[in-house]
Amino acid sequence: MADSFAGTWTLTRLALRRDRILLPAWILGFAGMAGFSASATVGLYPDESQRVAAAEAVNAAGALVALYGRIYDPTSLGELSLFKLTAFGAALTAVLMVFVVIRHTRADEETGRLELMAAGRLGRSAPLAAALLVAFGASLVLAVLSALALIAAGLAVPGSFAFGFGWGFTGIAFAAVAGVCAQVTTGARSARGIALLTIAVSYAVRAVGDLAEGSWLSWLSPIGWMQQVRAYAGDRWWVLLLPIALAIVCVPLAFALRARRDLDAGLIGDRPGPARGRMGGVWGLAWRLQRGVFIAWCLGFAAFGLLLGSISDTVTGFLDSPQMQEFLMQLGGTQALADAFLATELSFAGIIVAAYGIAAASRLHTEEVDGHAEVLLSTPTSRVRWAVSHTMLALLGVAAILLIGGLTIGIGNALAMGDAGGIGGLLWAALARVPAAWVLTGVVLLVFGWLPRWVPAVWAVFVVALVIGEFGPLWDLPQWLMDVSPFVHSPRLPAVDSSNAGLVPLVVVTVALVTAGLLGWRRRDLQAH
Amino acid sequence: MAQVIDVRAVVKHFGSTVALDGLDLQVEAGEVHAFLGPNGAGKTTTLRILLGLLRIDGGTVSVLGADPWADAVELHKRLAYVPGEVNLWPQLTGGEVIDLLGRLHGGLDDRRRERYIEMFELDPTKKSRSYSKGNRQKVALISALAADVPLLLLDEPTSGLDPLMDARFRECVHEFRDGGGTVLLSSHILSEAEALSDRVTIIRNGRAMESGTLADLRHLSMTKVVAVVDRVPPDLSGIPGVHTLAVDGDRVTCEADEAGIGPLMIALSAVGIRSLTSQQPTLEEVFLRHYQDGSSDG
Ligand SMILES: Nc1ncnc2c1ncn2[C@@H]1O[C@H](COP(=O)(O)OP(=O)(O)O)[C@@H](O)[C@H]1O
Ligand SMILES: [Mg+2]
Repeated sequence: MADSFAGTWTLTRLALRRDRILLPAWILGFAGMAGFSASATVGLYPDESQRVAAAEAVNAAGALVALYGRIYDPTSLGELSLFKLTAFGAALTAVLMVFVVIRHTRADEETGRLELMAAGRLGRSAPLAAALLVAFGASLVLAVLSALALIAAGLAVPGSFAFGFGWGFTGIAFAAVAGVCAQVTTGARSARGIALLTIAVSYAVRAVGDLAEGSWLSWLSPIGWMQQVRAYAGDRWWVLLLPIALAIVCVPLAFALRARRDLDAGLIGDRPGPARGRMGGVWGLAWRLQRGVFIAWCLGFAAFGLLLGSISDTVTGFLDSPQMQEFLMQLGGTQALADAFLATELSFAGIIVAAYGIAAASRLHTEEVDGHAEVLLSTPTSRVRWAVSHTMLALLGVAAILLIGGLTIGIGNALAMGDAGGIGGLLWAALARVPAAWVLTGVVLLVFGWLPRWVPAVWAVFVVALVIGEFGPLWDLPQWLMDVSPFVHSPRLPAVDSSNAGLVPLVVVTVALVTAGLLGWRRRDLQAH
Repeated sequence: MAQVIDVRAVVKHFGSTVALDGLDLQVEAGEVHAFLGPNGAGKTTTLRILLGLLRIDGGTVSVLGADPWADAVELHKRLAYVPGEVNLWPQLTGGEVIDLLGRLHGGLDDRRRERYIEMFELDPTKKSRSYSKGNRQKVALISALAADVPLLLLDEPTSGLDPLMDARFRECVHEFRDGGGTVLLSSHILSEAEALSDRVTIIRNGRAMESGTLADLRHLSMTKVVAVVDRVPPDLSGIPGVHTLAVDGDRVTCEADEAGIGPLMIALSAVGIRSLTSQQPTLEEVFLRHYQDGSSDG
């Protein structure tokens, strides 16, 4: 038994070395985001009546409850400060831990790196053990640092720890889930996909549960547990046992599955495929490589769109105190409240879909470093044609996914209101979010063309843009900094007073970025893998 | 067009590393040319330059009369490449990859495809993910051989093949050459070059050390002689061109170069030879001689 863990410590150190920049950067990002949000809100709502009004506004807005969750104690400063980060931050922590675990298990196995090391004295359970150790450790550090940042921002000490550990334990639970997923499939991509899907489903389940206040559905979701800890609103510590219990189930399961399989094998085996291929060439290949992820995104957006659309009417008949109006303004709202919430939902969708664009365009980079580009580009395939194939799929994919989001929000809305008149407007409103998301696809191309090793760093650009877009108004960031984020320039349709002036510049910037990237790509060396 | 590949004084840097340092390489039409060198000598870099995947920092390159950097797409219609480390899309089957690459090459003759798949005993229904290194190499080889092109560039093509497949591979290469094709293959496996090639270029630290037919290269090296004689002549070590002389009773072992072999034979026959073996050097020995000093680099 002990033999199967031989080398765990060596692998742990190796993993920490490989992640020595990324992991601390992400953890500090989380802690900073929490601390920033808290300190901004503390200054914004010094007196309790203002807080109560703002909290009631949030709870009354179905769209906000579905996207972020409820505020359980309207008088709580901590809850109001962090309501946007409770479930959403827990989901992001989970995503981070999924990446960490898959990267050091299935991904290494697929690329054969583990095979090289397995020749040395390495127990078969060692890579999984090392990956889990790193993820658990990172989750705990994240928990403590976030708590300290919140305390430094002026929030109550017990609540801050409850919140920090809520995030951290969610990370631990999903790291364990990822450990199981890594045993199931033979491909790192599909293992990661399954793990991310569990996060998305958890998020959606809690959204539905939160809408009906006190629903048992919220308790089915590990992300819902983070909310049910109710940090700063009673600090229910015992709820933290739930994610730990999930980890206690998943970790032995993962090891048992690992013990039963061979290196490179999965629970879902590789079935033989077709002996003949029908791919039509570069475009066919790009589509084949991208389609699984694309379809998953479409389904996810369709499900969420229907959900959000069908609750947007609960916004109407809304309270009209000036504080609430002001608060909603800061959330990006306007006087037309239902429209304002639809606008908020679509803006959120526009930011999230940018992640699809980045991932899809980053395929160029992974295809290059995996050595697939070398095989392809030694055939009569031009560099530009190949790069354009993935870029176009990224750009068109972003547009298609957003349109599906707009359409399903419209359909949900129409079903709830019994009036389909708004669908056209919502489609146009969704389309208006496309150019901002495209800019980030363009950034991937630019970096791919000129600084190919830095393509993964575009994710940091995305997070910065996301944080600026989501929290900039709340934190009262200076306008020049706000302007850096492309999302800030999207029209806030369907709200009436929005301006479309940003659209043309965003498209122009995208075209410029892509063109510059292609120029760089044409004149640089292919990277060695 | 006699010269299919013409590389002159090519320089290539990677940051501060000098990968190619004034490399010359000429490959003539219709020959199998082996490009030999230890790891890190610059073989893969050269092949990537010939494909236009890397840009040169100095010198001139011409492949089939074209500049590979400027005319990569047109050039690639007339050549096929097998990388040293074949990485395929894990979710595609071998058959799908062969068809994809065939289509990119402008269509694939089904009969050739089937023939090579059978020859290399490849199961085309398996996902690339589950192929061994050798099987991935086979997929690339089948694609390259089935593409109807006049030039093959092969980077250490047999490093993952077992001896049987290795033999099939040799068959294919000779058949390709006999059909008028030109092959440049890199290798550090000397027996492979010996069995396959018409001419050899030896590269070390990014420079060509030697180029010629195998006979030319042997010519540069020594013949190993072991003789049992009636009486050992006293003045053997004085013959110019005779080296590493060792006498053990009536047994004489030495190496002689071109100048030394004649006088050595005269001296030995004068005292009466009872038995004599002489050995042509293997390419291994030619190779070792070039790299015995400083072979640890790369
Ligand atoms: N992309 C690269 N970046 C930096 N150094 C490289 C790169 N490619 C090759 N090299 C270096 O160039 C030299 C030649 O490498 P290579 O052509 O791969 O040799 P070979 O194929 O003969 O083993 C080596 O020292 C190698 O480390
Ligand atoms: Mg090489």
